[in-house]
Amino acid sequence: MSEEFAFDDFGANPGDPLPMREGHVSHGRFERVLRAGHFAVTTEIAPPDSSDPDEVLRRARMFDGHVDAINATDGSGANCHMSSLAVCALLTRIGYSPIIQMSCRDRNRIAIQGDALGSAALGVCSVLCLSGDDVSVGDHPEAKPVFDLDSVSLLQTIRTLRDDSRFLSGRPIDDAPRLFLGTSINPFAPPIGNRVDQLAKKVAAGAEFVQSQYCFDVDMAREFMARAVDMGLTERCYVLMGVGVLASAKTAMWLRSAIPGVHIPDAIVRRLEQAEKPREEGRAIAVELMQQLAEIEGVSGIHLMAYKQEQFVGEIVTRSGVLGARKPWALSSADNALHASLEHQFQAAKR
Amino acid sequence: MYNVRLWSVRHSRGMERLYSVINPAIISLLRVVTKVFGTKLDRPITRLEAAGKGLFFDCKMCGNCVLSSTGMSCPMNCPKSIRNGPCGGVRDNGMCEVKPEMRCVWVAAWDGASRMREGNSAIRELQFAVDQRRQGNSSWLRLARDE
Repeated sequence: MSEEFAFDDFGANPGDPLPMREGHVSHGRFERVLRAGHFAVTTEIAPPDSSDPDEVLRRARMFDGHVDAINATDGSGANCHMSSLAVCALLTRIGYSPIIQMSCRDRNRIAIQGDALGSAALGVCSVLCLSGDDVSVGDHPEAKPVFDLDSVSLLQTIRTLRDDSRFLSGRPIDDAPRLFLGTSINPFAPPIGNRVDQLAKKVAAGAEFVQSQYCFDVDMAREFMARAVDMGLTERCYVLMGVGVLASAKTAMWLRSAIPGVHIPDAIVRRLEQAEKPREEGRAIAVELMQQLAEIEGVSGIHLMAYKQEQFVGEIVTRSGVLGARKPWALSSADNALHASLEHQFQAAKR
Repeated sequence: MYNVRLWSVRHSRGMERLYSVINPAIISLLRVVTKVFGTKLDRPITRLEAAGKGLFFDCKMCGNCVLSSTGMSCPMNCPKSIRNGPCGGVRDNGMCEVKPEMRCVWVAAWDGASRMREGNSAIRELQFAVDQRRQGNSSWLRLARDE
């Protein structure tokens, strides 16, 4: 590993912004992986119900060397947790590549634009724009829902900050936030026929990558992607398909009923019911889904959501083989690169 | 009323036709009215608009009316007031995730738009977030005054 290579891939110090490559909009490693044409894997970190920073880092460490970016959820399911911005700030400090999820449920356009600048200042390079779950489904149903913007307006807003260097008000920004823009899609909920049109709107609003809701139906994903490819959307936007890890048939039934928009075919539920070890079967299903989705034209990556099964993310990614020989960033390899670079400088100084 | 609202979406093509005749008429009438009376008649005009649109579309008087671009289904009836929907939480039967007894206004919107001539392309345009200052104000008067 040459010194320059180490610097280009890991920064001079872990956590430093990487040099921005041509044609890129951010300094982030996640955008680099996708633009280089690699198949990417992302996952989700559950922000803790705690103010302990070590808890965040402990949870992130489980993904080391297995994923290209980590989504930090923003009060997912309208439940209170540590904020996504704080989680991301802790992660970028030591070199992780987080995707900050920003939901429109809790903040208006003034707060959101401030957070966009703030997250870029803290080293966040990718953002996932979401409308957000309604307060009624969470643990504070008495709260006031904001929804000043929706996901499409939020994409437009951050694109304005980044590309026009100004706020929505028109007031100029000195240093625009270099954020790689993403949003979510759900090809598996009605109106099925219009879900591609919805993706087209999101791409028009500035989405450069999208992550989908849980996909348990590969045929539906195939149809959706065929239309997206036809419309040329995959040339302008990277599509990462969502894969979930089911612990049992009971979990599957619960997901179906508790989270509207999650579509799980009966065949999957039956497989879990009949399995001797349903947890292992759930992981096997995830591995198969990843492999099948990776084959579909236009799919650029997998977003693996393993809520409460995070310890198996590495195993699932490795077994799926979707990354080939490529090994994503890990804290240890970044440390090695830093030491190699320091050693190199030390030797050079001695000479 | 919910049932009338669904009826309006089912008859989105007719509504569009009617709208294309009525709307210019209303706007030109209001141009004259505001020239003669200034802002004196704003209140009754706003009430009239609220009553009419309320009956057919469950209008929320957001003051940023986009009905002709949303398949004649008012997006302000979405519990998340999404202007470029639907969200990812639509139930398998096409009902709203927050209000299971209500048809998703964006499932209705795409359905309504599919029957419309201009509405079918208008729904593909991006709608930016509403200007909250216009809440409760008349969209007709705003158009008549070119605000």
